[in-house]
Amino acid sequence: MSSKKRKKLTPTQQEYQDFAHAREPQRPLLKNCLRAFLVGGFICTIGQGLMWFFMTYFNFDEKTAGNPTVAVLVFTSILFTSLGFYDHIAQWAGAGTAVPVTGFANTIASAALEHKSEGYVLGVGGNMFKLAGPVIVYGVFSAFVVAIVKVIIEMLGGL
Amino acid sequence: MLQGHQSWVFKNRPVIIGSAAIGGPFEAQGNLAADFDLLHDDLWLGQDSYEKAEKKLLEQACETAIKKAGVKKEDINFFMSGDLINQIISSSFTARTLGIPYVGIYGACSSSMEGLAIASLMVDSRFAKLALAGTSSHNAAAEKQYRYPTEYGAQKPPTCQWTVTGAGAGVVSQQGEGPKVTSATIGRVVDLGISDPFNMGSAMAPAAVDTIEAHFRDLNVSAADYDFIATGDLGRVGHIIARDLLKKHGIDIPEEKLTDCGMLIYKDTQPVFAGGSGCACAATTTYGHFLNRMRKGELKKILVVATGALLSPMSYQQKETIPCVAHAVSIEM
Repeated sequence: MSSKKRKKLTPTQQEYQDFAHAREPQRPLLKNCLRAFLVGGFICTIGQGLMWFFMTYFNFDEKTAGNPTVAVLVFTSILFTSLGFYDHIAQWAGAGTAVPVTGFANTIASAALEHKSEGYVLGVGGNMFKLAGPVIVYGVFSAFVVAIVKVIIEMLGGL
Repeated sequence: MLQGHQSWVFKNRPVIIGSAAIGGPFEAQGNLAADFDLLHDDLWLGQDSYEKAEKKLLEQACETAIKKAGVKKEDINFFMSGDLINQIISSSFTARTLGIPYVGIYGACSSSMEGLAIASLMVDSRFAKLALAGTSSHNAAAEKQYRYPTEYGAQKPPTCQWTVTGAGAGVVSQQGEGPKVTSATIGRVVDLGISDPFNMGSAMAPAAVDTIEAHFRDLNVSAADYDFIATGDLGRVGHIIARDLLKKHGIDIPEEKLTDCGMLIYKDTQPVFAGGSGCACAATTTYGHFLNRMRKGELKKILVVATGALLSPMSYQQKETIPCVAHAVSIEM
């Protein structure tokens, strides 16, 4: 817990935090990192393989092959989510399945599936980006900031 | 009658003349499968939403309990129920189906014993001839409301718990055969600053300890008076904390006498992290497993301390800590 959060607590609460913390199982950090590395790496290798496939057998170059590659990965992720086993893989892999594009597809597909019972407009439409929304908002915003920085540097004569 | 500061002693000894426990597919694979009256192999129960499935579970629990009690629905004076879904719709919608005068309650996962305590109070004081107490929870409906979509791939920490899909209900009567409710202790809300919703066991343990302490003090009893004391849904993590916290407070409960419904309900091989949780955890274990054992004569006197975490998805996002409560009910055969 951060020191700022801790300051708000009374001495009794702080004492209990230590008491409870000593008895809680910790997240297996090293194991989680290793699994994330392996699974994340595996997904990226598949991506690389797909890219090579599209470049070799179809009329794509290194720049344009990204799109069909991402499409295949997103489709697979959504299929696994719909069949109900993406979350089981994710429990094992952690960040390994969350960080690549498959994780992003899963946030959207899972939210859409979950809220289907509230109808297609307010349910699926309204909740689809509940988890993915923040990624899009801050992704677009950071891209905007980086672009401004780039423009300023170029106006000043570039690097 | 009030005894001590926060405990009721039921002089007329209201009787639980019928009780029922209904479960889902995960509970069917669990330790206590034999004690359920009905187990579903489909999480949806043939409904088109998880919320409707939960309502169905509670309806079935109430109807089975009434049937087993051998009374008519029309003879029951009051229905006490609570659940985890926003605005306790599972309970209210079940009350609509049953048509029994209804008192909606909310104590999160402590609703099971809160309901039983109030039902017993009504019957004991002769304000009701027959009262029905029930509660339900549904794993996917709870995940949807409190955490993430069920198919979302987030890694859960080892301290988190598995919400029980099920419902439990009991009919309390002025007379008849069956386990008797002899006393109840209403708990204070305790908050020792835990704010992680994936760590409910640690958050709720102090509330359970506070209520057990109050029960012992008010009624001047000790662990020796009970076959065992079962907390509601502390899970393995909360159980260890509660055990050590009781020791620290100078309350001696032998290891084999302190148990937890969240640890009993599932097998060790099931992927439930620290154990079971949810309203139905204490409810199905009590109305099914414990009461069955009492009727068989295996148990004489037990204390069930149902624990509840009184957070909302909003309070957690606003960085509030988790206030918790626990209610204890003593049942004798």
